[in-house]
Formats: sequence, structure tokens, C-alpha cells
Amino acid sequence: MSVFALFRRDLRLAFRIGGGGLMAGAFFVMAVTMIPIGVGGSLDVLARVAGGVLWVSALLACLLSLDRLFQADFEDGSLDHIMLAPAPLEMSVLAKAAAHWVTTGVPLIIVAPLLAITLNLAPGAYVALMASLLIGTPALSLIGAIGAALTVGVRRGGLILSLLVMPLYLPTMVLGARAIERASIDLDYLSPLALQGAVTLAALAITPFAAAAALRVNLR
Amino acid sequence: MILQVDPIEVERGGRLALSAPGFAVAAGQAGVLRGPNGAGKSTLLRALAGLLPMTTGDARLDDLSLKGEREEFTSHIAYAGHLDAVKPALSVRENLASWAALYETPAVGVEPALAAFDLTVIAGTPAGYCSAGQKRRLGLSRLLVMNRSVWLLDEPTVSLDAASVALFAEAVSIHCAAGGIALAATHIEIGLPEGPRIEIAPPSERTADEGDPFLTGAWS
Repeated sequence: MSVFALFRRDLRLAFRIGGGGLMAGAFFVMAVTMIPIGVGGSLDVLARVAGGVLWVSALLACLLSLDRLFQADFEDGSLDHIMLAPAPLEMSVLAKAAAHWVTTGVPLIIVAPLLAITLNLAPGAYVALMASLLIGTPALSLIGAIGAALTVGVRRGGLILSLLVMPLYLPTMVLGARAIERASIDLDYLSPLALQGAVTLAALAITPFAAAAALRVNLR
Repeated sequence: MILQVDPIEVERGGRLALSAPGFAVAAGQAGVLRGPNGAGKSTLLRALAGLLPMTTGDARLDDLSLKGEREEFTSHIAYAGHLDAVKPALSVRENLASWAALYETPAVGVEPALAAFDLTVIAGTPAGYCSAGQKRRLGLSRLLVMNRSVWLLDEPTVSLDAASVALFAEAVSIHCAAGGIALAATHIEIGLPEGPRIEIAPPSERTADEGDPFLTGAWS
């Protein structure tokens, strides 16, 4: 199937030289590690901001690699051929967003618990942390794909992309941080997670059409 | 199979970018587009590939209309543009194999396609190390794995040496002999099969603004 071929191609490209796979994960580690150093070692302060810091860093790490999502294929002409391929462009967009999530979102989820230790996250909040990242990071890649498609023809579009996409990340980030915060003081954290899931599902439904429409306009 | 093209006009950003006469290319023929720089040859080929919308006119492949049944129409189109859509991180063979997978054609077509453009020797080399001519040959070899009946070729022989031009002409001849259609924009004679010569004149200076009384000064 054409879409799976695109997904595999993007994964392979990401892990080759210059592909930047796992770079988002490395950035995430660096950014979160800066916080205890910058804020100081006060354990209860760190514990209180842990959820927010992890989510803001995850969001920034995701943004870092988004600008190349479609731009690389646009610049070398691959996007023309992806449009002519048998798969509908909407599905191709989804395949590329999925590949982006596997190369940026998944590494974040894997290293997050280790980083949470450096932030003195409450022991009860680890499940909420993992769950909220698992549910929320796909939305980062999906919503980001819309921004990446809109700015595909813009030189140095990374900055505009960030400005466009950051406000749209707000619900995912707020709900994720809230779930972790509530879990760390032994409150029920399922409702923020459920709402976060709703945001991700909405992004999943809207992104293919929005991003494909933006790409079609940009290719003219 | 016959490709029939009405007189086509394309506007880009309110300016007339292309005003082409109608023509037809039958199975087994290779049409050649001629015209000075800026006449709109590339625009016409991109419009026929469904990559940008036509302001007036339509194209038909037998009974399929480009405007009416865009998806089915473009599923017969193979396009080779100025950009080679080559990924430097993948080897020559991997590049071609990834396109074969994307176009859902059997992988057994990859080796013959490499051989047809004399790329077998460098098949394992990363495409980033290839010269401009080798990259162009790799881009053209994609036509062979796409398995489509209409080839739209935009200056296909740029940066090719004489031997490679002959290889390319032979590939087009085989394609046409098998009942395919080719349409190439080119400035030089490259020994393509017989077919119509289409002269495209640069579009007149008439712009879309002309009908706008505000812009033509009626309100001053």
C-alpha cells in the first residue's frame, strides 16, 4: 500500500544521516535537564512545576522538527510525486504525521519517566505522565502537520510555523500538565486525560483534510 | 488511447502565465512542446499533471476528463519535472525502490529501470554522492517503475551527456512503441518518436486586472 510505503520511507529517512530522527528526543532531554539547574535544587518547587516543564519541553521538541515535515519533500520535488501517487493526499499527510510521531513523540514518551526523576515528580504521577504523553503527543504531530503544510513554501518558515501552531497546542499542553499535577496530589486525573484524548481525536479527524488542502494550494 | 488537450489558459497571481493552443497526442506518439523561456511549457505540463488548476480549457484521456475525474486522469500520468525528487541519504537503488513502493508497482521493475539508465554500477551509492547528470538519470528512471501510460517530461535532458540522452530517447521509444504517450518540453532535438510539434507563444500582457475598473484608473 502506498501510504505504508510513504510511512516506511519517512522513518528510514529520519534515521539516516542528516535525517534528524531522535534529535527531538535529545533536545527534550537537554531542555528538561536545564530546569533543575536553572531553577535551583528546591525539591518542592521542582515537584510542583514538573508536569508543566515536561509538557512545555515536549511541545518545543516537537516544534523543532516540524518545519521539515513537508518542506524537504517540497524542495526536492518529491511532493509532486506524492500527489500523483495512488494514495489520496489526505492519507499521505496522515502517514507523514504518523512517521513524525514515531520519530519525535515516541522517544519523548520513553525518556520522560527518567527526566521526571530529575524534577522530583511525585511517585503517584508517573502513570499520568506516561498516559498524558501517549495520548497527547499524537496531537502535537497532527496539529503541527497543518502548520507545516501551510508554511511549506515559506523560506525560514519554522518561526511562522511556531507562531501558528503554539496557540493550537495550548489545550493539549494544559490538559496534560493538569493531569500530571492532579495525579501528584492524589486527585482523579482521568477527566483531563479524557479531554486530551478528545483533542487528539479531533486533530486526527481534521488534520488530513486541512493539511492536504493547504498543500494543494501551496503547490500551485 | 489518445490525449486531447483543449486550448488552455492558466492564471497565476492574476497574471496570465500560459495560453496554449489545443492539440492531441495519440498512443505511440511523443509530442514536443516548444517555445521561448517563460512561454509556459512547465506550467502546461504541471496543469496536465493536475498539480495546478487551469483557468480555462480541459484535457481528456480517451473519455476521462482532467477537470471532471481528476483522480482517475492523474492515475495515468507520470511526471518528470525540473526537480529530480532524489533523497541524498538513500542509495540510488533505495530511492527508486521507495518510489516503486509508493506507486504500488512490483519491486522487480527496479533493477531493469536502473539498467535502462546505466545506473546499476552506482546502485548502492548514496544518491547524495551522485553528479547532477546521475541524479537526473535516477529521476528519469522513476518513469519506468511508475508503470503509467502518459509521460509528461519537463526539459528531461538537462545536465545529461550525449550517451545518456540516447538512453533516454530509447526509453521513450520503448514506452511509445508499447502504446504509451509522451509529451516533452525541450529546446533541443533528442531523437524522440514521431509526434505533434506544439508551439507555445508567451502569453500576451493582458492581465486579470484589466476587467477591474479600480485598477485601470476609472476611479481616478
